[in-house]
Amino acid sequence: MFHLLKNVVQPIDRMISSFPRVFILAHIFLGAALVYMSPRSNLAFLVLITSFYSLYHFPTDRWFKLTAGMVLTLLIFPVLGVRNIFYLEVIFQISVFAALALGLNIVVGFAGLLDLGYVAFYAVGAYLWAFFGSQQYYVLPFAPGTQPSNLPFLLPGDAFYLFMFIAIIVAAITGILLGTPVLRLRGDYLAIVTLGFGEVIRVLANNLDKPLNFTNGPQGITPIQRPTMPDWVVDGFNRIFAWIVGHEVSPADMYNVMFYLMALLVIVVIVYVTKRLDDSKIGRAWTAIREDETAAIAMGIPLVRMKLAAFAVGASFAGVMGVLLAGSRTFISPESFSFMQSIGVLAMVILGGSGSIPGVILGAATVTILNLQVLQGLSLYLSQLRQSDAVIPIINFAWANLSTQLDPAKYQRLLFGLILILMMIFRPEGLIPSQRRKRELSGEGNPSGE
Amino acid sequence: MKSFSKTFNIQELIRPLGQMAFFSIGTTLLLSIFTLLLAWILDRTIVGQTLLDRLNVSLFTYTLVNLPQVALDGLTIGFVYAAIALGYTMVYGVLEFINFAHSEIFAVGAFVGVEILIALDSFGVLKGASLGWAYVYLIAAIVAGMVAAGALAVTVERIAYRPLRHASRLVPLISAIGVSFLLQDLIRLVESLTTGQFNRIFPTFGNFDRRLLLGKMSLGATNITFGVSVKSIIVIVAAVLMLVALNYLVNATKIGKAIRAVAQDHPTASLMGIDVNRIISLTFLVGGLLGGAAGVLYALKFTRIDAFVGFFPGLKAFTAAVLGGIGNMTGALLGGIVLGMLETYAGSYMGVFTMGAAGTEYKDIFAFSILILVLIFRPQGLMGASVAQKA
Repeated sequence: MFHLLKNVVQPIDRMISSFPRVFILAHIFLGAALVYMSPRSNLAFLVLITSFYSLYHFPTDRWFKLTAGMVLTLLIFPVLGVRNIFYLEVIFQISVFAALALGLNIVVGFAGLLDLGYVAFYAVGAYLWAFFGSQQYYVLPFAPGTQPSNLPFLLPGDAFYLFMFIAIIVAAITGILLGTPVLRLRGDYLAIVTLGFGEVIRVLANNLDKPLNFTNGPQGITPIQRPTMPDWVVDGFNRIFAWIVGHEVSPADMYNVMFYLMALLVIVVIVYVTKRLDDSKIGRAWTAIREDETAAIAMGIPLVRMKLAAFAVGASFAGVMGVLLAGSRTFISPESFSFMQSIGVLAMVILGGSGSIPGVILGAATVTILNLQVLQGLSLYLSQLRQSDAVIPIINFAWANLSTQLDPAKYQRLLFGLILILMMIFRPEGLIPSQRRKRELSGEGNPSGE
Repeated sequence: MKSFSKTFNIQELIRPLGQMAFFSIGTTLLLSIFTLLLAWILDRTIVGQTLLDRLNVSLFTYTLVNLPQVALDGLTIGFVYAAIALGYTMVYGVLEFINFAHSEIFAVGAFVGVEILIALDSFGVLKGASLGWAYVYLIAAIVAGMVAAGALAVTVERIAYRPLRHASRLVPLISAIGVSFLLQDLIRLVESLTTGQFNRIFPTFGNFDRRLLLGKMSLGATNITFGVSVKSIIVIVAAVLMLVALNYLVNATKIGKAIRAVAQDHPTASLMGIDVNRIISLTFLVGGLLGGAAGVLYALKFTRIDAFVGFFPGLKAFTAAVLGGIGNMTGALLGGIVLGMLETYAGSYMGVFTMGAAGTEYKDIFAFSILILVLIFRPQGLMGASVAQKA
């Protein structure tokens, strides 16, 4: 079955590769036109967003890729996105999860340490800005829900940018603090301890509303400030793009564009840092540790220090994204940092291919789209069926009788679980295996990667 | 007489009973003394004063009065943990692999048992059941839960773990996490498709909710009664029976010898004519049976279950297994009892001792903190000896 697919796909792939630029441009334009014409269609959006993949996949020269990528991300997506804010939201989430997945990739993919509590670092970043960028400091003595309404903000909104850097440091320190005691443990014990740590952070966030109200408990902290946006940005955007957007863009929508661009910027930096690290001495030390710890020690690699470095770098990526999330949502609650999120990020890494940067980004995009668009689309479809008086023919079951509990959007665990099992059994190297892995597999024919 | 002693090893029945009694009493005594000491010290501080103002009892008396109840609750939950922990520890002993999906196998057992009782209840069978029949139904539910969980455990091993037997260590673990998540939502899917309800409630029947009065004590103006609910007794008795049976199976039968051989060395065991795959399946089956029974007992004790019911007991049982020394069966027993006790003591007294700043809600963190501390200072666990290298 897999073979058959390969036989069909490969000739097509080879054919397109002989005129890649035409195909990529056609793909981008087709996607853009579809989304422009039917801004509500999920299918059109899928066509547009897969153009990223064809841009990555087909061999062209670097400058063409760079220009096309810039046009796509800086022009086409913002302009089409403000026509339907949901798309910007999807891409923002993809970027957030891609950053998280890249961070986890350093820990799991590069250094081979299974971290099941990764969102804890994300929570640290998010709560950091949530505390300092809201009224929470003045709410400290009040139980949740009893504070007076006219409290001032502790810091101005523009401190947000500063906190993106502070979050890097704080999250990295948290990573080191957690790592120092537990990194002596190997493999599966480490996984459980990090899981426990993730739960500890979540329970703390849930319960630190007394004796002093740090986190406002399960209700979460709101409102959290956004950095100020000058008026001329909105005006300028409207003046240039109003003819194609078709309506005046409000500052609130413009904020979505801004956070989208910021997330993109962070991703670019993260990818750059990850690439450089992978090719550096540290990266090779990580690979050595992943492949064989004992041999790595024998080669003189400072084991604990390298593991700590992996933890710290991975954590810092999550910390930045946490701040960005707190700023863009203006609301943070412990719900967003459950164990399930950690597994979701792990599923992205595994699906895409652990250790492979493009793979991990692809994994993040796939899982997020499945989550936000496919599952939610199914939910919508089901609820429409429920309201109609359609009947399943043979078993004579009226859709209206279907339980309202059955909401596919809530079955993320099923999705994550299936991804993890199927990938482990059939393709443990992921959708886009890392280069090193590829070489190993082709050289020795040892599919288990031991 | 000689042949009798060969086929029936009475010592292997008495030994675990003695161990359990020793562990339970020892843990209870140690923890109680520690708690009382702490209460006695805190009594002299503002903490004691606050309680005196609020409830008009000294902290020491308050602690003493609640102690028997707390100890009993701790023991009950401790035995449930021990039964689950044995599932982890046996699989770890044989495959050196954390069966992350064991918590969902536990949950499936709980659901099957409770569903059967709910079905019986809807036929009106349970309402008028005499005491004897009530116990028959309960045992039937436990057995059904065991069978379902055991079958599921074997199936999961066959589908999701066996193909990965020779992959690197993290690969089957990730697959197990996937199975765990998949099963959680499958339970939810089935439940929501059939009834649209998220929770299941253990039906009330028989005399399980009754409390047996053990003694009375008058303290100042108030009369304190010590009681033990029937379901606590059932949980403890059932768990003890299972643990003894398991111990007998592993330590005194031919199959048990095979299991121990496989745990030591797969290739050598197979050279000795042991079918390694069958023994591994069997280990999963036994772990699943125990987990399923523990699930029904858990539902009996806590009444309300949902699709995610397995997560915390599973994690804590794993903690218990590690605490006792993973791979070591006696260790799992000790770890379960100690952890259940510690957690119950902490949950009951932390609120009073910290003047309400940190209460029961930190109970779950407590278990994890213990896990982390154990792994840092004694990674081989309390009873473990040679597993340090594996960690």
